[in-house]
Formats: sequence, C-alpha cells, structure tokens
Amino acid sequence: MNPLAVNLSGLALKNPVMPASGCFGFGREYSAYYDLGKLGAVIMKAATQHKRLGNQTPRVAETGGGMLNAIGLQNPGVTQIIEQEVPFLAGFDTCIIANIAGSTLEEYAAVAAAFNQTNDVHALELNISCPNVKKGGMQFGTDPAMAAEVTKTVKAISNKPVYVKLSPNVTNIVDMAVAVADAGADGLSLINTLTGMRMDLATRKPLLANQTGGLSGAAIKPIALRMVYEVKQVVGIPIIGMGGIATAQDVLEFLLAGASAVAVGTANFQNPLVCPQIIEELPAVLERYGFSSVSEAIGKGILQ
Amino acid sequence: MKMVREMIIQQKTKIARDTFEMLLRNEEIADQAKPGQFLHILIPGCTLRRPISIADVDRMQGTITILFKVSGEGTAQLAYFTEGMHLNVLGPQGKGFPLQIKENGSILLIGGGIGVPPIYFLAKNLASQNCNIHAVLGFQKKEYAFYADKFEAICQTDVVTDDGSLGEKGFVTSILPANKEIDTFYACGPLPMLKAVSVKLQNVSGFLSLEERMGCGIGACMACMIPANNDSGYKKICQDGPVFSAKEVCL
Repeated sequence: MNPLAVNLSGLALKNPVMPASGCFGFGREYSAYYDLGKLGAVIMKAATQHKRLGNQTPRVAETGGGMLNAIGLQNPGVTQIIEQEVPFLAGFDTCIIANIAGSTLEEYAAVAAAFNQTNDVHALELNISCPNVKKGGMQFGTDPAMAAEVTKTVKAISNKPVYVKLSPNVTNIVDMAVAVADAGADGLSLINTLTGMRMDLATRKPLLANQTGGLSGAAIKPIALRMVYEVKQVVGIPIIGMGGIATAQDVLEFLLAGASAVAVGTANFQNPLVCPQIIEELPAVLERYGFSSVSEAIGKGILQ
Repeated sequence: MKMVREMIIQQKTKIARDTFEMLLRNEEIADQAKPGQFLHILIPGCTLRRPISIADVDRMQGTITILFKVSGEGTAQLAYFTEGMHLNVLGPQGKGFPLQIKENGSILLIGGGIGVPPIYFLAKNLASQNCNIHAVLGFQKKEYAFYADKFEAICQTDVVTDDGSLGEKGFVTSILPANKEIDTFYACGPLPMLKAVSVKLQNVSGFLSLEERMGCGIGACMACMIPANNDSGYKKICQDGPVFSAKEVCL
C-alpha cells in the first residue's frame, strides 16, 4: 500500500502534494525541471470565460517572510486552456484540477460547463477569493449567501467534484465554509492570499500598480493552519490546505490541523523542485513523528 | 532537465558607489551563458529571487561576472556575501541579444546605470565580429560610473552624466548619432531612457533589454509582463525576454 495515497471526495491522489493555482501556470515551465507525474495533482492557473490580460506592472513585491502579488487573473480563456493546456498536462500521470473564476454567476457557470467537455480534468477548484480583480471573485468570497449561490450554480452544471477556495479576508471563515458545504461543495481549499500592500519610498506611491495585492508565503502559514483547524472541526468535507508550505514538516502540520491534501504556492518560486522534494521527504517525516501513512495523520492534531 | 545550481563567489569588489562586482564560478552556467541573459539568484532571507544580468563570462575559468547596485533589501543582503560563500542560482535565464549582425555594420550600444553590465558582455562578443561599435554610457554622476575604461579598450565610447561630473552633461539621448549612421542598436537601462531611445531611434532596427520585478523567473507566474504587438497581447520578460525587438513591445 502506498503510504502517501489519499482519497478526497471524488479524487484519488497518489500523494497529497500539488502546486497551488497561479504559482505554476499550466505546468509547462516546471516540466523542464522534473516529471510532473511525481505530483499528486496539478491545480491549473485560474480560467475565466474570456482571455484576460491582467493588471499593470509591478505585479509582485517582496515582504517580510512573504510576497504580494496582483497578477489580475491573466489567462488565455477557458477554450484555449482546454484546447492547448489540458492536453499537455494530460500527458503526465497526475490529476488535473481546474481553477475557475468569474465576475458573474453566468461566467462561473459557463467556465464550469466548458470543462465538462474534457475528461482529463478531474476536479474544479472554484475561485471565489481572488483579491486582485476589481469586479468579481471577491464579492462571492466574502458573503456566505453569495458563496453558497455560486457553489450551487456550479455544482448543478459540473460533472466533476467541486472544491471551493475560500478567502481568508473574512471575519468568520467557519461561516463561509459551512455555507458552501451546505450548498453542496465536495471539498474546500484553504486559504487564498490575504490582502495587503507596500509603499514605495522613492515614488511615495503604493509599490504595486494594483495598489493592493495578495500576501502569500511563510508569513501566512499560521493563519492558514488556524483556519484549517477551525473549519475542520465544523465541516465534514475534505480540505486542501495551503499557505506558506515549503517543507514536508509544513505538510504534516497541515495534515494534523485537518487538511487531507496540500498545495504549495510561493515556495515554487524559491525552489522550482520544492514539490518533488517534499514528496520524497514526506515518508521519513511521517515516520519520524509516528505515522505510517498520510491518511493516519489527517486531523490528529485537533484537540477533542 | 533544467537544474537549480550552486555558484561559488570567487571575488567581490566594490566598483562604484553602492555598486558591486561579483565573480561567480559554475562551469555549466558559464558554458551556456549568452549576452543579455540573467541569473535568478536566491538571497537568504528573501522570499523572491533577484534577477541579475550577466556582465561577462570566462569559459576557460568557468566564471560569470555580475554587477549589482544596492537599491533595496535584496541587493543590500547580497552585498554582504563574500568570497567562498555559495549562491543558489537558476540560469542562465531568458533569451539574450541577437548576435547576428550586418557585415561591416555600425552598431550603437546604449547603457544606462545598472543597465550597462549586459551591454558590456554584448560589446565583448560583438567586438570579435566584423563591425564598428560605438558605445554610449549614461550614469547619474561620476561616483556611480563604472566600466567606461573597459568599454574604451574595445570600442569608441562616450560617457554622459546627469550633472556633467564625468563626460558630457546630459542624457544618453543628447549625444546619439544620426539614425542613418546606425544599422542596429542595443539598449539596456531605466524605462524612461529606453522609451526616449526608442523614440529617437524609431527608424533603426534595435533591441531593448527590459527589467521588471519578477516572481518565478521561469515564465510560470505572469508577474513580469510587457504589453506587446502579438496575438496574445503580451510577452513574458523573464522567458520571452528580457531582450526584445524595440518594435515588438509597447513600453
């Protein structure tokens, strides 16, 4: 038996590690560094109904222990992604999760429907939490009723498991999680980036062209862990945990807090080989802390 | 497969105000490096790697020269690194300057500030071909200037400074030769300089090396984009560049 294998709702993964949406493009560039078949899954960059060119530059900025990004959902549109990017990723022995975004319920529905055409995409990740676009995304991610509505809409159309990626930029993450779980979500992705900003001293202006951006990296790991921990105690559906993961030890922390799988984002920028390295080191880390499998560790850190 | 590599710092020298030259050893990178490419350097304590252009290569010694100006937290941290220490590097990254030039052609090289280093590697490469090279280098003031002597050793070189403390007073655009005297130009420097240069030399075929805050540095994260005259409407500076034909990108 493979000790790293995990079964999520409708997704059987050979290991719990996947690159996070937006940090990995559609895998082409990283495939020059390693065989993407080593990954538990790949979460593709967000797809919108039509091509988006994204925000002005600068789009990224360094912060203490992390970084800000405001890319603005740049992507070639769902049709081109299905025609050109999915077939490339389908050449690797891994699961493909499509992140979908939109500014209206209709757009979410259209993108979800488009992915029904391909059997090479194994699940959807519903992006209701992008902080970097003026219209859409975020309003669905901060109001439980709207989050439930978009979840219901996509569930009604899609023939795939739907994971809803929640925003940490809310007062009560548990309310959001309960709302989308009750609306039929098959799982949750926790967490997206936290809205932040930096000032450029030389120009006396916000450093990012978008003014604000999403904070990611090691700095947000404690917040992500806390949210996974709180949500897991109330909601039954599986959680893909993310936020500052860079080592196999970080993965085990998220498993203990209640995540069933994890996504690695910013750490890919520091080390393009970080995902396969974590996967290689995970069995020894599990063993060192007394676990014989990933499944055994899930939620074990939750105090009764 | 591409790799993440270690480079050993063989030498570090302060060559101008806030400006350091580092000699880094790694034979594979030195073997592959072309003028215009960059190293994406991991700096301990920083989340994001820093892209630094290649200023020179010695293939016999397996070394690469980089120059950087301390302008923020990352470069300040890098300045603490000294001989014998290692740097974790991706590279050489990006596509370099096109090196095929017209026989006996007149080449104009334009470098501004910390944009001068990749132009030096290019100048050395072009100097081995049959062409006439004219370099125009611009700096803020004398204390920030570097490499003027190295350029003078291989080509006709003019230096300008904002305050006239070295060479003529003014900007590089104030002393550019007439369009008809140039076959190809190559430029690297701050964005306002590149904009001014491309306007002034709009009838000449030319190449610009661009700079932008980068994320992954390998083409995946879409952080360092530049609007372009192509189907997709953009180019990735780290992967499609950092060198572009002056006509293909919209500065």
